[in-house]
Amino acid sequence: MQRLPRWITQHLAAFRALLALTVITGILYPLAILAVAQLPGLSDKADGSLVYDEDGYVIGSSLLGQSFTDDEGDAVLSYFQSRPSAAGDGYDPLTTSASNLGPEDVVDAQPDPALGWDGDENAAQSLLTQVCERSFTIGAREGVDGSRPYCTPSGESAVGAVLGVYYSQGTGGDVTRVVSLNEQCGTVESPFLAVYEGTEVECAEYGEDHSAAIVTPIAGDAGGDPAVPADAVTASASGLDPHISPEYAELQAGRIAAERGTDSGTVLDLIDDHTDGRFLGFMGEPAVNVLELNLALDEEFPLT
Amino acid sequence: MAETSTSAAGVIFIVAMIAALAATYRPLGDYIYRTVTREHDRPCFQNTIERGIYRLVGVKRDTEQRWGGYARSVLAFSAVSVVFLYGFLRLQSLLPYSNGLEGVPAPLAWNTAVSFTTNTNWQAYSGEATMGIAVQAACLAVQNFVSAAVGIAVAIVLVRGFARKLTDKLGNFWVDLTRIVLWVLIPISAACAIVLIAGGAVQNLSDFTTATTATGDTQIITGGLVASQEAIKDLGTNGGGYYNVNAAHPFENPTSWTNFIIIYLFLAIPFSLPRTFGRMVGDKRQGLAIAAAMGVIAIVSAGLVVGFESFADGTVPQAVTAAMEGRDVRFGVPDSALFAAGTTLTSTGSVDSFHDSYTAFGGGMLILNMMLGEVAPGGVGAGLYGMLVLAVITVFIAGLMVGRTPEYLGKKIGAREIKLAGMYFLVTPALLLIGLAASIAVPSNLESMANSGQHGLSEMMYAFTSASNNNGSAFAGFGADTPWFNTALGLCMLFGRFLPIILALALAGSLARQRPTPASGGTFPTHQPLFVGMVVGVTVILVALTFLPVLALGPLAEGLQ
Repeated sequence: MQRLPRWITQHLAAFRALLALTVITGILYPLAILAVAQLPGLSDKADGSLVYDEDGYVIGSSLLGQSFTDDEGDAVLSYFQSRPSAAGDGYDPLTTSASNLGPEDVVDAQPDPALGWDGDENAAQSLLTQVCERSFTIGAREGVDGSRPYCTPSGESAVGAVLGVYYSQGTGGDVTRVVSLNEQCGTVESPFLAVYEGTEVECAEYGEDHSAAIVTPIAGDAGGDPAVPADAVTASASGLDPHISPEYAELQAGRIAAERGTDSGTVLDLIDDHTDGRFLGFMGEPAVNVLELNLALDEEFPLT
Repeated sequence: MAETSTSAAGVIFIVAMIAALAATYRPLGDYIYRTVTREHDRPCFQNTIERGIYRLVGVKRDTEQRWGGYARSVLAFSAVSVVFLYGFLRLQSLLPYSNGLEGVPAPLAWNTAVSFTTNTNWQAYSGEATMGIAVQAACLAVQNFVSAAVGIAVAIVLVRGFARKLTDKLGNFWVDLTRIVLWVLIPISAACAIVLIAGGAVQNLSDFTTATTATGDTQIITGGLVASQEAIKDLGTNGGGYYNVNAAHPFENPTSWTNFIIIYLFLAIPFSLPRTFGRMVGDKRQGLAIAAAMGVIAIVSAGLVVGFESFADGTVPQAVTAAMEGRDVRFGVPDSALFAAGTTLTSTGSVDSFHDSYTAFGGGMLILNMMLGEVAPGGVGAGLYGMLVLAVITVFIAGLMVGRTPEYLGKKIGAREIKLAGMYFLVTPALLLIGLAASIAVPSNLESMANSGQHGLSEMMYAFTSASNNNGSAFAGFGADTPWFNTALGLCMLFGRFLPIILALALAGSLARQRPTPASGGTFPTHQPLFVGMVVGVTVILVALTFLPVLALGPLAEGLQ
């Protein structure tokens, strides 16, 4: 038999090597780990740290966050609320995701007034407006001041406080025109700021292009220590964050106590029991597991 | 106990990481040294097992290859891997344990096959929605092992080039590959996989578990052979997540201490290989000098990223009062930032927080980390050979200053050596800048940007930087799953991996042929702090000169607004 050319034998050897290593690292290795994972103490974790109700049905996983909302997406007030989530419609393990919005994502793509936010698929809230709106909603729900820096201080809801400033020479010179970019005409009575640098602030007309204006976020006077904590107004990395900060849990204690017919002190003690401190005192951040806390609530103060 | 402040805890976390890496520098480096230099003919169970594999593959373990033969074996193995992967991804629907998922579309299958073969693990897909258990374990995880082993093998060959004299024999690729996979990567991965399971990482064959939540909703809980893949994905600086959100997913990285282990895993081998290098060239101080140069850059860079994120500059972080967008509570801001710095300083690309939402300067530092060529400490193997090439360039520049023929480890750095080193350095900037420029010139590509303005440009810049340097992380809002980007980024990954490998092997061949020059009074000592400082300086200056203009258009412009 004629010998095959060298470059072909080379690739055949490569193929045999890949097959051998596929059997070892792609089949034997994961299955060996799977076998070890069946040991008592490991098997529950390897199966996903599942949590069961008393009838043996799966409620969830203690490692995966859940939404505690009703069909409309509104918070169920008798439960601690999780963080905002960008995974699908929220906490969907089939479409895990972060928001991936950047630190200067501050200008909304306004919806067509005829269609509204839900109807216009080109409309998109900026990250800043999402943060402001969440803070306002949570503040109203928990009975605290939901205002934050760079958010409008209006009564009905809050958006990012961002002006589009036109200058006589493009990026410098005199201010010629000022538009509040996230406040659409017709949805607000008046812009959050009446006058900027001596020029009257206008609301934003739908469809008008303000790309020539300088985007100027306005910090306002909300102060640097908002009542609603940072994790409550931001989407997590995984979209499945099982935890909230102890501060956000404590903020919700008063409402939970009222809904569950007990006093805040008892609820605060329960939060304390379900708070994991930093591992070894320095790894990570203190965190409260929301699902476990809510299941403990159901056990101790069942809803009738 | 009084509660430690967030920043104090973050500092202790970094110090503990440095201590862990320092503690394993010697044992791990020495272990890899023994593995790659062991005699074949001495009886031991490892040689017995290896013999079976060599017989199966049909290679003679005692035949050493020249640099060209070694390079052809690397390329043949990688080419076969790409074809094998492509085929299996396309035919996924026919495989068992595929969770009922379809075959992967052609452009995406090409991109993914190249991405995993080149140790990049750029993912233009969402793991849970695209890849079933079969392709994850038997295709993607296999490449996590072998592409890492290829990187280490090439580094070992370059070191042999310095260590050997008057020869053109540089070792046998199949032997190096087999040994590194069997005796370095598998044992460490297996041990760490079990530790990760103890923390809560999943390892099962279940498709989906349906849960009925407390409020009566339905939640589909995913499964998979995750822990075994997670361990090698980090140990081999691969970074391709089982799930879309990678190591942010609680099933991949359940706790703050698994987070520590994962960061340690992707830094461990790259930081220990200089020890292996020092042992092989017979002067441990040379290894320590290279490790020190890597360490200086890494500590400064990690400190800056953690600092920028903790400072939380920018409109949205100021409104939030912390850079918490795209971070999970259990990790917090400082530990997430250290993870991000580590994943971009190595070629890992695994993430536990989302870089797209980083502050302008923090995100810019992540891009700069990759632009450094991933040498501090870099990918497994790739970091060492990259750093040795920079060391060659450094002694050349030092030689120019004093007008002597430069030498490194007794080998003359002549015209041929410096040409190879120079071309090595130019490969990634050329791929990155040409790819980015060509992509921006096509208007329809701009639709892939998820953020507007400078941040949108940063997203595309990040994509080409990540692909050309075989990192694999992303500003993940960027819509990279288009035919243009799948193809262009695939080419960047391919050339960004194999051109430097060929040049490094050629350099090894050229060095090994030389007769070593004995050190004299005029020899520039390459084990002292002066040399470490010069390597760091050359690295930073070369990279700054190359990339400052493009960085000014993206992250710098965004941060200085």
